Amino acid sequence: MIISVASGKGGTGKTTVATNMVFSLGTDAQILDCDVEEPNAHLFLNPEIEKQETAFTPVPKIDESKCTYCKKCAEICRFRAIVVMAKAILVFPELCHSCGGCSEVCPENAITETGRELGVTEKGSANHTGFVHGRLRVGEAMSPPLIRKVRSYADPDKTNIIDAPPGTSCPVIAATKNTDFVLMVTEPTPFGLHDLKLGVEAVRLLGIPCGLVINRSDMGNDEVRKYAEKENLRILMEIPFDRRIAEAYSKGRLIVEEMPEWKEKFLELYSQIEKLAL
Amino acid sequence: MRELVVLSGKGGTGKTTLTAAFAHISENRVLCDADVDAANLHLLMAPDIRQATDFHGGGLAVINPDKCTQCGICVDLCRFEAIKENFKVDSIGCEGCGVCVDLCPEQAIDFPVQTCGEWYLSDTRFGPMVHARLGIAEENSGKLVALVRNEAKKLAQEKKLELIITDGPPGIGCPVIASLGGATALLIVTEPTVSGLHDMERVADLAAHFKVPAMVCVNKSDLNPAQARAIENLAEKKNISVLGRIPFDPVFTESMVQGKTIFEHSENSEACLVIRKIWDKIMTAPVMNDQG
Repeated sequence: MIISVASGKGGTGKTTVATNMVFSLGTDAQILDCDVEEPNAHLFLNPEIEKQETAFTPVPKIDESKCTYCKKCAEICRFRAIVVMAKAILVFPELCHSCGGCSEVCPENAITETGRELGVTEKGSANHTGFVHGRLRVGEAMSPPLIRKVRSYADPDKTNIIDAPPGTSCPVIAATKNTDFVLMVTEPTPFGLHDLKLGVEAVRLLGIPCGLVINRSDMGNDEVRKYAEKENLRILMEIPFDRRIAEAYSKGRLIVEEMPEWKEKFLELYSQIEKLAL
Repeated sequence: MRELVVLSGKGGTGKTTLTAAFAHISENRVLCDADVDAANLHLLMAPDIRQATDFHGGGLAVINPDKCTQCGICVDLCRFEAIKENFKVDSIGCEGCGVCVDLCPEQAIDFPVQTCGEWYLSDTRFGPMVHARLGIAEENSGKLVALVRNEAKKLAQEKKLELIITDGPPGIGCPVIASLGGATALLIVTEPTVSGLHDMERVADLAAHFKVPAMVCVNKSDLNPAQARAIENLAEKKNISVLGRIPFDPVFTESMVQGKTIFEHSENSEACLVIRKIWDKIMTAPVMNDQG
């Protein structure tokens, strides 16, 4: 099973929920931190990394001795990653989406592929729990290919918990697509509600069942609850604002370490998800 | 003309709340919401939309079943596994590369340009604002960010306004890179947590990578003063000026619930006092005044 923890709005507590749930589940679970722009799960789980791999995405490499500057490659490229002049050809690898169109159409076989570094994936374990994350190279714009690399570590024999990036565009889709359940973490504020609605729209577009966790549940107002009721979204957990939780978080400590009574609640959250998942 | 872009790396540290507060205490500014993916600034600015314009992204492959002979070439060519066995295109998976469109031997694939969002020119009680909404599950967020920032610049020139305050997106990827290119300076809003520190470092490195000067302030600072100190130390090591600490205060949430800036809600709070000082430091900072 693959559960993705998502939110729309950033900073609502995705990582808190994902790390505490995976830690509570223990041996049969692993976390896949797909927030590759700003991965944080490792700060709470302190994994021992066993394997590190650099991830690349293919980009064109031109053999200018073969190139006749016919421009076919530049014409097929919708991302303007190749510019051809009378007697010169330029590649802008950072604009390339790795579609392979240019090498496909080149009549001279002058285009091969080389790699643009996306970042790294790291695999390890923390307290018997599996751990994988990706770290986007600073300066790299495209996170979805690296997110897909992290997801390739999903283990069908385990409960895989994905810590998704915030937002509703391509990185979130890459992290949540084809998962069995999306757990939306929100907060009961106007910003939280606004972005929750966008998040729920995205999840529905993907046709994945979802449920809610309301974090800092005693702040703000009741609008998130009203919305959940209207949309038939199950509220699976509420985490009140508690300075002890906030302080534990600030130090990189899990709630279940600081307040062991929460372990039961996270296991209960998981068993509810099991019933609702695809 | 100067542009201050508010970033954070980590989400939920207070970018939008601070941007709105700055809108209240500044003058002659254009507001710009570059978090097109999950925009929130309009919830506090209550913009009166003057003009809404469709945002066109790239094309989307659509197979015409009448012409398709199911030869399978497109399926083999598509690196995004967006063409399913029934020769239908998964619109969410389609990257818009058009390789299948160009190489289909039957020319059976259309490539209609997609409307994938909308952008707005608005008036607010704090002056003009440019904002947008990217459609759900869409690509091209970087392109839309570049568009709203460019429109904000045009508007500032037209109205002879000197300052653009841009609310940026979280992360360090495509929309963030589109948010910081050509900015006068960045304000990184962080929080005193292990994640706040970690994410601030990455966005600071991104700023350095693109050679955009950055400043830092610590929000909710009293949650963990030791962590706040660690952030300030790191910033100093990276030659990023530290502008101040904003205490954690429930009035931030209360003002948000009322759709107000924190100044409209509780002008005399400690938080407002500090924010005003931070704003003065930003406006007098050498990086904001070095027009070359």
